[in-house]
Amino acid sequence: MDLTNHFEKLITLTSTQLPSDVEDKLRKQMAMEEEGTPAKASLKTIIQNIEMARKETLPICQDTGALIFYINYPSEKYRESDFREAILKATRIVTGKSLLRPNAVDGISGKNSGDNTGAGSPWFNFYQWDRDYVEVKLLLKGGGSENCGIQYKLPDDTMGAGRNLQGVKKCVIDAVFRAQGEGCAPGIIGVCIGGNRDSGNKIAKEMLFRKLDDINPEPKLAEAETDLYNKLNSLNIGPMGLGGKTTVLGVKIGALHRLPACYFVSISYMCWACRRHTMIIKGEEITYD
Amino acid sequence: MIKIQLPVSEEEVRKLKIGDEVYLTGKMVTGRDSAHTYLLEKFQEDLAPILENTVIYHCGPVVKKEGDLWSFVAAGPTTSIRDEPYEADVIKNYHLRGVIGKGGMGEKTLKACKDYGAVYFHAVGGVAVVLAKSVKQVLGVYKLEEFGVPEAFWHIDVVDFPVIVTMDSHSNSIHKDVLSFSKSRKEELFKL
Ligand code: SF4
Repeated sequence: MDLTNHFEKLITLTSTQLPSDVEDKLRKQMAMEEEGTPAKASLKTIIQNIEMARKETLPICQDTGALIFYINYPSEKYRESDFREAILKATRIVTGKSLLRPNAVDGISGKNSGDNTGAGSPWFNFYQWDRDYVEVKLLLKGGGSENCGIQYKLPDDTMGAGRNLQGVKKCVIDAVFRAQGEGCAPGIIGVCIGGNRDSGNKIAKEMLFRKLDDINPEPKLAEAETDLYNKLNSLNIGPMGLGGKTTVLGVKIGALHRLPACYFVSISYMCWACRRHTMIIKGEEITYD
Repeated sequence: MIKIQLPVSEEEVRKLKIGDEVYLTGKMVTGRDSAHTYLLEKFQEDLAPILENTVIYHCGPVVKKEGDLWSFVAAGPTTSIRDEPYEADVIKNYHLRGVIGKGGMGEKTLKACKDYGAVYFHAVGGVAVVLAKSVKQVLGVYKLEEFGVPEAFWHIDVVDFPVIVTMDSHSNSIHKDVLSFSKSRKEELFKL
């Protein structure tokens, strides 16, 4: 089966429609901000924008981001190249329709490829699994928010942060403080404790796929997520960094085993335009979430 | 809500204060990183007239071309601080009356706003569709081939483009205030 038009649909959906959990949360926060403040004005405009983008099938944000795919598939039915080729084709088509901005810049010459394809673009994460269906997850991650990501190494003397949950929390608070409004706050904060330099960053980013209202199955992390959510929102950075009660929409923490000598805390910052959707291919049936 | 027509006089811009909600109408130019370094390589004669007394918008739009006509599909602001090393000189050399972007800018730009009569307008980051609707016409584009769509200079005509003044010409900056509050709050939290 040629998957190109299904990938077109997934990319279009992701660029033009915000997931409902993120939209609901933004509405709740807007209701909480005070009338006449930049916070209220910003959130109002954001919601108006989300509605218009959905209604008219237009990109929610002009930075349509980096295309990051996570593809889990049964190996007896598919090969990686089936997906890779269809996705490249779909990416070019959707860019041609102006639903993605040409966002792939050659690392050496600085030239824009014009169609979002190039070395590492889109970025693929393939896994073979034993289930009988394919799961394709897509994250569109904008540059402003990606620039706010950071990786800490504990202990950190300057913050007085040790190798424990208390130290991890200091890292997260510091990262959100440093970001101010630059990552288009209110943000969603993906965190990974442990792992190595690259696995830590990878899991921090995958945390962004968790629904905002889910609860971490690990009680210690669940507690840390709630505690950080409250602390971060007391920073008064607010939407766009213009002050207010809504600095983050959620904090999601994962953990990996680490080397005894290493203790990394990796943080991925996602802007309010948290564009993520999932497509499931089960036989002939295709569904989107 | 204050309405401002572009190009605008220095006197009028000096009346603006942080926190003012403003609608901008008239002609402005988009420009990002490549644009800023290009403007400072030498005095660019062809661009100077369209920058005079108006604003530069830190934006990398999504555009569409139908026949010979360009239009903006999405046009939200991009992070301004990357242009902090250049903006003060661009304001000075090209007589800009303001900058539109997101995230605010630093001391050097704030001082240029005071010295030369300009302000920083904050647009809501990411609200591409709302902002694109206020771009009524693309008047021209410069350096498209070389810089690509997001980084080119787009000369645009806008109506009621919504922004908030977050840095004024009297050394006030909401960004500075938010930064100093959040800094002391962070230090409190670190002690808990
Ligand atoms: S940080 Fe997010 S909302 Fe802001 S401009 Fe980038 S992609 Fe858009």
